[in-house]
Amino acid sequence: MRVAVPLDDVRPGEGRLLVAGRRRVALFLTTGGPRAIDATCPHAGGPLQDGIVSGARVTCPLHLRRVDLDTGEVDDCAERVRCYPARVAGGHVVLDL
Amino acid sequence: MTAPGKRLAVVGNGMISVSLLDQLVRLESRWRISVFGDEPHPAYDRIGLSQVLAGDRAADDLPLRDRDWYASHGVELHTGCRVLALDAERCRLATARGDVDFDACVLATGSLPFVPPIPGAGLDGVLGFRTIEDVDAMLERARTGRSAVVIGGGLLGLEAARGLLARGMQVTVVHLVDRLMERQLDDGAAGLVREELERMGLRVLLPASTRRIEGEGRVEAVVLDGGAVLPADLVVICAGIKPNVALAAAAGLDVGRGVRVDDRMATSAPAVHAIGECAEHDGVTYGLVPPLHEQAAVLASQLAGDGAATFRPLATAARLKVAGIDVFAGGRTTPEAGDQEVLLRDDGGGVYKKLVLRDDALVGVALVGDLGPMAAVSDALTRGGRVRDRLALLGVGAAVGPPPGADLADDAVVCGCNGVTRAAIVAAIGAEGGCTTRECVARRTRASSSCGSCAPVVDGLLQLAGMGRAAAPDAPDVCTCVPLPRAALRERVLGLGLRSVSEVLERLGDGVGCHRCRPALSYYLDVWWCGEHREEPASRHVNDRVHANIQRDGTFSVVPRIRGGVTSPAELRRIADVAERYQVGAVKITGGQRIDLLGVRKEDLPAVWTELGMPSGHAYTKAVRTVKSCVGTDWCRYGVGDSTDLAVRLESALEGLYTPHKLKLGVTGCPRNCAEVTVKDLGIVAVVGGWELYVAGAAGMTVRKGDLLCTVATPEQALEEAAIAVQHYREQAEYLERMYHFVPRVGIEAFRAATVDATAGARRGLLERFRRSRDNARDPWRSVPASDPSRFRAPLALAEEPAP
Ligand code: SRM
Ligand SMILES: Cc1cc2nc3c(=O)[nH]c(=O)nc-3n(C[C@H](O)[C@H](O)[C@H](O)COP(=O)(O)OP(=O)(O)OC[C@H]3O[C@@H](n4cnc5c(N)ncnc54)[C@H](O)[C@@H]3O)c2cc1C
Ligand code: SF4
Ligand code: FES
Repeated sequence: MRVAVPLDDVRPGEGRLLVAGRRRVALFLTTGGPRAIDATCPHAGGPLQDGIVSGARVTCPLHLRRVDLDTGEVDDCAERVRCYPARVAGGHVVLDL
Repeated sequence: MTAPGKRLAVVGNGMISVSLLDQLVRLESRWRISVFGDEPHPAYDRIGLSQVLAGDRAADDLPLRDRDWYASHGVELHTGCRVLALDAERCRLATARGDVDFDACVLATGSLPFVPPIPGAGLDGVLGFRTIEDVDAMLERARTGRSAVVIGGGLLGLEAARGLLARGMQVTVVHLVDRLMERQLDDGAAGLVREELERMGLRVLLPASTRRIEGEGRVEAVVLDGGAVLPADLVVICAGIKPNVALAAAAGLDVGRGVRVDDRMATSAPAVHAIGECAEHDGVTYGLVPPLHEQAAVLASQLAGDGAATFRPLATAARLKVAGIDVFAGGRTTPEAGDQEVLLRDDGGGVYKKLVLRDDALVGVALVGDLGPMAAVSDALTRGGRVRDRLALLGVGAAVGPPPGADLADDAVVCGCNGVTRAAIVAAIGAEGGCTTRECVARRTRASSSCGSCAPVVDGLLQLAGMGRAAAPDAPDVCTCVPLPRAALRERVLGLGLRSVSEVLERLGDGVGCHRCRPALSYYLDVWWCGEHREEPASRHVNDRVHANIQRDGTFSVVPRIRGGVTSPAELRRIADVAERYQVGAVKITGGQRIDLLGVRKEDLPAVWTELGMPSGHAYTKAVRTVKSCVGTDWCRYGVGDSTDLAVRLESALEGLYTPHKLKLGVTGCPRNCAEVTVKDLGIVAVVGGWELYVAGAAGMTVRKGDLLCTVATPEQALEEAAIAVQHYREQAEYLERMYHFVPRVGIEAFRAATVDATAGARRGLLERFRRSRDNARDPWRSVPASDPSRFRAPLALAEEPAP
């Protein structure tokens, strides 16, 4: 599924929660470009869109595990979150979910 | 902008000439610059001649810039080349080595020693004190001769005298007036200086005037007006200086005592400027460098195209160091009618400190024996403006204060000799500059390399940056992302004017930061700038972005402020209405005497706050949380103090302030302590006749009884002590260091010394920063949603991209 989110709808450095059916996706505008990952922290379900983004990592606000926005790897956690391709085009972030 | 390739001819290669060249190079002006100096060496530190004479410094350490510097910056340097004539109309200089055309010319010819018309002043062995050659000649004489007479007991004369004394000569100072350094010192300071000098073996004769100097070809004696004869192998005349205006006068420029210039350092001839000791501005010529550096800076800006730069004379002060005696004086040290005087003297200790104020502004200063306050005093004198705490300015109680230099503004000139600001020194210290010692700072900026009087301030700044001797050797870095200890970081942040986390990370860190240091930096910027920082929510935990506490399910809790735990039926009704309307998950009375609405959705937060109409309780962040209270004298039969009222007042006074960790307080009406205040971060207990303040109690993960900080008589005093203690904690604790960790770390005695028992000045400073922070605090529930509603939007429901 391909979706487009107006750029104005996302604050740089602060995540935005997208809901598509049962899927919850956290979208970030990082200094390195847009990144999209599954929004649910594998540790205990924390809302990753509310984490602090530093470089290409977001820190879960509940227990501060860090999630790599490029690979989906999570600190101390075997499970990864899913990452989705995202790019900016025509004032929108275009995502392939 | 200047057209490239225009020629700027600078006459004179002295201290101020170099100051100008430095700035022109820095401003990348496009002038082709030629400099003509009639001394054989490139410009050197003239001030340092005193130290060379005294043997404290080598002569080859004096040059301000080596020849390579001139060459590498495209400045053509002609040493030993006297400019013989100036043709202002044709824009041409006649030099010992030929004519030079210029587009603009700067006269920086300094001054010459003033030699009074004393018979015999031309004898061999009668010298001035101005150049390296003069010093060489004096040293030559000192090797063979025994006695020296210095004519003139001003700053320069005393420097010469102490130098010659150090070289083993018997030295007599003859001074026309009945007081040494009469232009700078009042009677008291001058008397003390004289005593000290005499103790060191100097002979001081005053008032005494010289009738003639005698000798067969070379000097043999000085004869005074009363007939006394002083044998002399060397006579140094330090009777003042006269601006070197010969060139300008011959060229027909407007000349008074000096070459007359306007605020832009322009002389009466177009294209000709004058700066330094040769210039007369507004009827005044200057003989000390701080204002002269200012002139150079103004002219450099002018020449670089900034027509707005103008010279504004500043009050200046001079420092004299006579083997062990430190003297610092400036402005008017003898008060006039209507002036006020602050005087501190310790005859036995050889200390004398005097401030002269007019309308609360500092207009004069004399310090003898202890120059500790010099930096601050000098800054106050140049800056003007109200002096708030006179005693603190004099360093009374300074032992517990911050290191020298801590309170200076960034643009305050620390090294007057070389015109180096605090910011420049701070920049030389630490990551970028890399300096960890005073010697390095001196090499890099020249600060402290001339008269040396600013050395304590440079040391203080090093110390503040965690580099100095007194610094804790292993102050930890704030984070691996920002590899600086906190004190050093603070210096750099304030010095560089960094007000946002991203700026700090970019300039001083790895440019990225992490979830640990970014909230920490957010806090530090807030407290260091007293709330005048730039808030960046992206560097904050989500709690601080949306001003509510995130729950395990991603919803938020809302705890409105209920000061002292005192509410009303109307308020309770409103809370109940909101809870129902937004179907909050739970309503709970909390451990801190508040009401918690749990399970609120992010997008509902702004409406919930508006409808509650109550300020934020800050239950979600590191900030002033709750002041618990008991019913006190209002209702309780044992109450000895109105604890409820004080709790409400205390909470009102502190609310809105962010703190290193959460700050929970309590006020209780008697030692039965129903509000459990002795286990609070700060607790107040009403006792008969007063109030006891406790700090650093705990009853969370740790249980600790608070330390008694002080006992005061009135609620007002309790509020003041609390504010001071809280501000001290805010400024000194590490981020996430709770009161119950901070106070035991530094010790309750040190905490008390820095708060309750601090000097009036230090306390006032804390209170002032406290108030500024309070004034800048905004209730986030009212200000943030209004300015930034987008942060609270509901999740975005996605639709597929329409086909193009
Ligand atoms: C709501 C409340 C419990 C209650 O329902 O009463 C509460 C709830 C939480 N406390 Fe607490 N504490 C509450 C009173 C206390 C008290 C009692 C008090 O304030 O008088 C204490 C002991 C005193 C103290 O602060 O030390 C207390 C000691 C803690 C601690 C341990 C702190 C420590 O250093 O010992 C934490 C964890 C921490 O701060 O790191 C904590 C952390 C928390 C957090 C914020 C955990 C978190 O990060 O999510 C809880 C938030 C729940 C929520 O979403 O609202 N809470 N917590 C109380 C809210 C404050 C209030 O009354 O307005
Ligand atoms: C021993 C001593 C101690 C001092 N201590 C202090 C102190 O502690 N604090 C303080 O603030 N100040 C002090 N001063 C004063 C300070 O040195 C001067 O204010 C400062 O040097 C003035 O700088 P200037 O560039 O205007 O003049 P100068 O440094 O004198 O430079 C002028 C230069 O121009 C050259 N020149 C003149 N005419 C011509 C010409 N026609 N052609 C070519 N070249 C020419 C001169 O030879 C000289 O080299 C001290 C001075 C002395 C001598
Ligand atoms: S004690 Fe405090 S932190 Fe622990 S569950 Fe209860 S409210 Fe949460
Ligand atoms: S839920 Fe994300 S770290 Fe615990």
